[in-house]
Amino acid sequence: MRTFSLFRRSLFQRSLFKKLGTVLVLAATLCAAGAHAQTLRIGLAEDPDVLDPTLARSFVGRIVFASLCDKLFDIDEKLNIVPQLATSYQWTPDNKGLILKLRSGVTFQDGEKFDAAAVKFNIERHKNLPGSNRRGELSPVTTVDVIDPLTVRINLSEPFAPLLSVLADRAGMMVSPKAAQANPSNFGNNPVCSGPFRFTERVAQDHITLSRYANYWNKDAIHFDKIIFVPIPDATVRLANLRSGQLDLIERVAPSDIAGLKSDDRFKIARTTEIGYEGITINLGKSDLAQKNPLGRDPRVREAFELSLDRQGIVQVAMDGEADPGNQWVAPSNPYYAKNVPIPQRNIARAKALLKEAGVPNPTFTLMTPTTSDAQRTAQVVQAMAKEAGFNVKILSTEFATSLTLADQGQFDAYVLNWSGRADPDGNLFSFYGCKQPLNYSGYCKPALDDLLNHSRSTLDPVERQKYFNQIAAMTTQDRPIVYLFHRHWLWAYNKKLTGFRVVPDGLIRVQGLKM
Amino acid sequence: MLQFLLKRLAAIIPTIFFVTLIIFGLQQLLPGDPAVVLAGEDQDPTVIAYLHKKMHLDQPLPVRYAYWVGGVLKGDLGDSLRIQQPVSALIAQKLPVTIELAALAMLIALVIGIPAGIVSAVAKNTAWDYAANLFALWGLSTPNFWLGILMIMLFSVSLGWLPASGYVSPFEDLKANLAAMIMPAFVLGNAIAAVLMRHTRSAMLQVLNADYVRTARAKGLDERSVILKHALRNALTPIITLGALEFGTLLSGAVLTEQVFSIPGFGKLIVDAVFNRDYAVVQGVVLFTASVYIVLNLLADLAYFYVNPRLRG
Repeated sequence: MRTFSLFRRSLFQRSLFKKLGTVLVLAATLCAAGAHAQTLRIGLAEDPDVLDPTLARSFVGRIVFASLCDKLFDIDEKLNIVPQLATSYQWTPDNKGLILKLRSGVTFQDGEKFDAAAVKFNIERHKNLPGSNRRGELSPVTTVDVIDPLTVRINLSEPFAPLLSVLADRAGMMVSPKAAQANPSNFGNNPVCSGPFRFTERVAQDHITLSRYANYWNKDAIHFDKIIFVPIPDATVRLANLRSGQLDLIERVAPSDIAGLKSDDRFKIARTTEIGYEGITINLGKSDLAQKNPLGRDPRVREAFELSLDRQGIVQVAMDGEADPGNQWVAPSNPYYAKNVPIPQRNIARAKALLKEAGVPNPTFTLMTPTTSDAQRTAQVVQAMAKEAGFNVKILSTEFATSLTLADQGQFDAYVLNWSGRADPDGNLFSFYGCKQPLNYSGYCKPALDDLLNHSRSTLDPVERQKYFNQIAAMTTQDRPIVYLFHRHWLWAYNKKLTGFRVVPDGLIRVQGLKM
Repeated sequence: MLQFLLKRLAAIIPTIFFVTLIIFGLQQLLPGDPAVVLAGEDQDPTVIAYLHKKMHLDQPLPVRYAYWVGGVLKGDLGDSLRIQQPVSALIAQKLPVTIELAALAMLIALVIGIPAGIVSAVAKNTAWDYAANLFALWGLSTPNFWLGILMIMLFSVSLGWLPASGYVSPFEDLKANLAAMIMPAFVLGNAIAAVLMRHTRSAMLQVLNADYVRTARAKGLDERSVILKHALRNALTPIITLGALEFGTLLSGAVLTEQVFSIPGFGKLIVDAVFNRDYAVVQGVVLFTASVYIVLNLLADLAYFYVNPRLRG
């Protein structure tokens, strides 16, 4: 605008009133150019790990990838699978193959063409690159066939319903084969994908800068020239940066800051219920410790423990009301929630009776919790509530890395664990309940449950799948290897001039349509 | 002088060797399997096995130590497994930031601490002395993170004078750089100023009662020369040691201050590396800072030579 006023003054000085129209056009052009020459500054709660979709492990990295790397599919606000680089899909009659039609005219940020060969390269890279974190997600994928330049067929060893949602996450991100081959060991430091913004610079723990990719296939939906991601772990400081105008958008606002933000009309708040959960994993068979504790030994004690908890109260106290109470791996608002197993109400009398029946009126157990404030507050509220039923809960706060190792070794009675969640319920289920699965910290293993889990994965019909989920819910809420507590709200705050923000339950920030 | 220097240099080699042993040994005491942490939330067993192999965690301790020291001797501090960047590059990236922050903090500490100490000693038991002591007490007892957040609230959120956090290189924009650094430098410098003030005061009180000071006064020297030329020069010896140690502490990273102001320096680097069990980064950064400490101590010893003629004999 300063440029505009300088122009205006000089023209007026020369008394060129008749050129006023020209000036206005010029001003409009400048303003239009200004609108494009914009930077979006986003405050992240953590510094992402390596920016290679095959190797990446952190949730926060997915926020950066949402601007950098397009996927074969995406999910929408209602968790529906929607096209991105693949325009349509079709399962083969035996459900062991997925045929994808690809978008034409898409190029990678190095100018290379996106086609079926690139999809084949990427899926094979995900499966074969040493240290790949995508191998497990794509384990049923056997081969990839290029049918024509815009058609590809993914072959599976068995039908696998979660595949579409897997391809709507990092396993579906496509990197430039040429760039990945040219720089195999260091690709994550200079990633080249096909998303709306290309990688420009990263200073670890300081910022990641992305610049607009001019040939992006959906460039009309992009209204910024640059995005700067700034990791600021402290929620108060992150918010202070938003308030002082240094950031335009921040993720994971602390629930305790929401009340103050509501009264500030310079900002808007967006929220949605996460696809993950916070729960208490109970050691049922991960180690010998399970049998030494009444909680792991006796299902009646676990039932009493659950009945001693008032989930709504936990949400109010530990999360300032910014979570939905829940008793399953998906929130009650999720289409796959098993309605046959509703959230049990708190019942201290029944809990006491169960403990008496089990012969342990005052059971003692240790509740291990990471040192995050959410987890610690949750543990304290649980401790106080369970005490009323007779439980003596000892809280053991350990730093996350230690708690993870202790959980992996089964050196715990109960463990407060948060899971960021996956769009398909299978991502919240299989690895936690399947016998010998990596996230089965509970050590819970039932062949009948394994059968149900396998059926829920191999059945493509959502109605049929729901029947399996209902049975799984009935079985697991009886045995209680995990006592689910709540589903947090993803909370974002942003400058009110920012429009087009889409609230998607995976917690990512989609830049398509964002405008300032 | 040369002999002294050579002796000190010869002592550095075994010191650094022991430092490597201690760093490596202490790191083994950190609970938690680094591969489990680095594998991320999916905990894929093949990834964990791969990381074990890559980090030589499947090898006995002495072999792992040999791998690391072998690399260090060749100038290779290893790569960060989390973000896949060489540790030496990370150090090179963070070092200028930390040095600038440390230098600015030290400058603020010296400008406030030494004059306050002198005033407090010279004007003992006066209002000046009490004021300086009060300031020192405040500086020592104010937690850095709390002062930092208060300053952000006042200068960034309410007044809008300074950026709330972040870092801009001075070569990019000097004004923005100073604007970003002034608050964290003050927060750090304030605490050190308090320490320096207390030490300057006690050292000055000691020398102000010494015979040579009385002689200087008897000679008819003006009070300014007595204090600044005679007393302060001798009192400075312990303050230099303290300053060097404090500067060393600052270089090893002002963890909380860097965290509050999101300054991408050593403190943030090492804390994140410890929590993520990024062993190569922890080892590399600690070794580097330990070496800096050793060098700073050597420089402090050399500085004694300069300020204290008796040591030169």
